[in-house]
Parts: sequence; structure tokens; C-alpha cells
Amino acid sequence: MSNGLKTFTNGILKENPTFVLVLGMCPTLATTTSAINGMAMGLATLFVLVCSNIVISLLKNLIPDKVRIPAFIVVIATFVTIVQLTMQAYLPAIYDVLGLFIPLIVVNCIVLGRAEAFAAKNSVGLSALDGLGMGLGFTLALTILGAIREFLGSGAIFGLQVYSSNYATLIFVLAPGAFIALAYLMAIVNKIQKK
Amino acid sequence: MEKLQSSLQNMMLSLVIICIVAAGALAGVYTLTKATIDAQEKAKQQAAIMAVLPEGCTVAKPEEADGLTTYKAYQGEEWVATAVETSEVGFDGPQVIMVGFDRKGTVINYEILKQTETPGLGAHITHWFKNADKPAQNIIGRKAGALRVNKDGGDIDAITAATISSRAFLKAINKAYAAIAEEEIDATTSASQQQPKEEMEAKDE
Repeated sequence: MSNGLKTFTNGILKENPTFVLVLGMCPTLATTTSAINGMAMGLATLFVLVCSNIVISLLKNLIPDKVRIPAFIVVIATFVTIVQLTMQAYLPAIYDVLGLFIPLIVVNCIVLGRAEAFAAKNSVGLSALDGLGMGLGFTLALTILGAIREFLGSGAIFGLQVYSSNYATLIFVLAPGAFIALAYLMAIVNKIQKK
Repeated sequence: MEKLQSSLQNMMLSLVIICIVAAGALAGVYTLTKATIDAQEKAKQQAAIMAVLPEGCTVAKPEEADGLTTYKAYQGEEWVATAVETSEVGFDGPQVIMVGFDRKGTVINYEILKQTETPGLGAHITHWFKNADKPAQNIIGRKAGALRVNKDGGDIDAITAATISSRAFLKAINKAYAAIAEEEIDATTSASQQQPKEEMEAKDE
């Protein structure tokens, strides 16, 4: 069981997909304009990661090596489309903001990366835990980044106005702000991990 | 269980089976969510129509004018206003806007149905042009047809650092007005004052 726990926490801390593995930068930088957007993107990816890890782990012996990448992509794309349709039906407000980026989960390096590096070699239970850990790590990173950018860029946190947006630094909502905030977060995470 | 060999037969079989199962799953989810998605979109559109028209109106069936969809609003028997669904390509993809005009072509209100402008900049189109406290940027109560931003010689303040989004927005509003302007002149002569110059001259003669 300690093995399972290690797999689970691996994705959150030691191999955090955003801060340590630096995978899936496109959604990380593009969708974290607010905390809630970052969190929604993270949770959508979490769902896809867990599902695709489980299915790929189940199918790993039935998929011949030479066609494993197309097979993985079909499985991942199916789950992404399910998330997209469900979100469009039941969470239209968030879908309006993230709509463009949801289909991009298909090509998110974390999802295919975990399928290839972990799920294709490990048992179903461990793969599910790995997907959960990685997904939570990703969600956590995106939420923190989104919260920082929202606070500095539009003076709010989770949509709650803290100070007037007239005094906010607009650049943090834009692409350069995403890079700056991410760089500082990575530096902090590295500092903590080195100790 | 042994891992399957990469023979042609195995490769084809496994891919085909995976694709069939995936297609089945997607078809199922699509069927389950389609009704809800359609209802959501319809509700959003209805809410926007009601928001841009005067209160207590009955909205007629949609009509087509210049490729745009228009909704006429009646108070009792009298036609009082028109809502138009219009769109224009902005800085980052299309802006879809529902805008309401009264019979003189004055903007009553607008709602953004869909936009993908830059958050913090162009995305301000959702509220920038209906701020009653800032008349220089407010288009509510203005006559549509030739709305322009400062940079293009108009008198409307564009969104700071988002002129392209602002320009597209006003273009969409003008386009919506143009689509209903012709009809209005047929129905009421009082609207003739906003018609293009040639037509006014023709009337003077």
C-alpha cells in the first residue's frame, strides 16, 4: 500500500506535472486567467487522466506495441469529447470560457505521457492512483497560478473582488504575466524541494 | 496474459475494435446531452432577446434580414422594437451579439452571446459600451448606423488597448442596424431621417 501512496503523492509533489515535469504548458498558460478557470481546466484534465489511465492499463496487453500511440490517442480523445459534451450541457458558463481548450486536452503531454510511461506498464489500481495524483497536482498548480494571476491582474480571487480592478496590474491577465507568475512559482517549488 | 504480437492482423483488429467501442460511447453521450445542450443555447438566446428589448413586450417569430436573424417586439398591436443577432470577427474569433433597437434605430441594450476576446482587454465588450456613468463610451441611447471609435474619427471611446475588439463590436452593431433600417423606412416615415443621404435627397425633391 505504501507503494500506492507513493504513486499517488508523486504527481502532487515530487513529479508535479506543471512545476517539475513542465508538461502541458499550453493549457497552463492559456486558461489560468482566473482561479476558477484554472481549477475547471485542472479537474477536466484530472477526469481524463484517471479514465484514460484505467482503460489503457486494462488494455495494455491487447494493444500491439506498434499501434499503441494511435490506440492511446483514440481512448484519450473519447474521454475528452465526453468531458466536453458533459460540460457544455451542465456547466455552460465554464464551457464558454474554456471551450476552446477542452479539445486540446487530447494533445496534452501529461495525459499521453502518463499513458505511455505509467499506465502501459503498471496495474490498473496503480495507474488509477497515478492518474489521480498527477491530475490533482495539475489542478493544484493551475488553481494556484490562476488565483495569483486573478488577484494581481483583476483584483479578485475566485470572482470575489478584493480591491478595485482599477489598481490591478493588467499584464498578469495576459500571456507575459502567465510566464512571470509561473516562473516565480517554479522557483519557489524548486527552493522548497531542494531543502 | 501474453502481450499481443505486432502482426498486421492483430494491429488492425485491436485498432478497429477500440475505434468501434469509442464511437459507440461517444454516440451514447452525444444522444444523452444533446437535448440539454440545445435547451441551454435556446435559453441563453431567449434571455438575451428579453434583455435587449423593452419590458413587457411580446416577441414575434424570428425573421431573416441581410443574413441576420431579427426578432420584432410588439407592445399590444404596436411594433416597438427589434432585436437583432449580429456578429463580426473580433481580435480573436467571432463576437456574437444580440442588440435591441427601438423604431428610431436607437440602441436599447445589447448582450454578448459569444466572444473569445482577450480576458482583461477585449473581453470588456460585455459591459464597456453600456456604462451609463461614462457617456463617452456608452452606446445605449445612441443612434446606430455610423458608430465609430475615436481612432476612426468617431466619438466613442474604444476599450483601452483593445481597439480592434471595439471596432469589430461597433461594426457588428452598425451591421445589425443596416439590416433593419430598410424595413423601418417602409413601416414608418419618421425613421427617414437616419437613412443614407441619397434617399433623403430623393425625398426632398
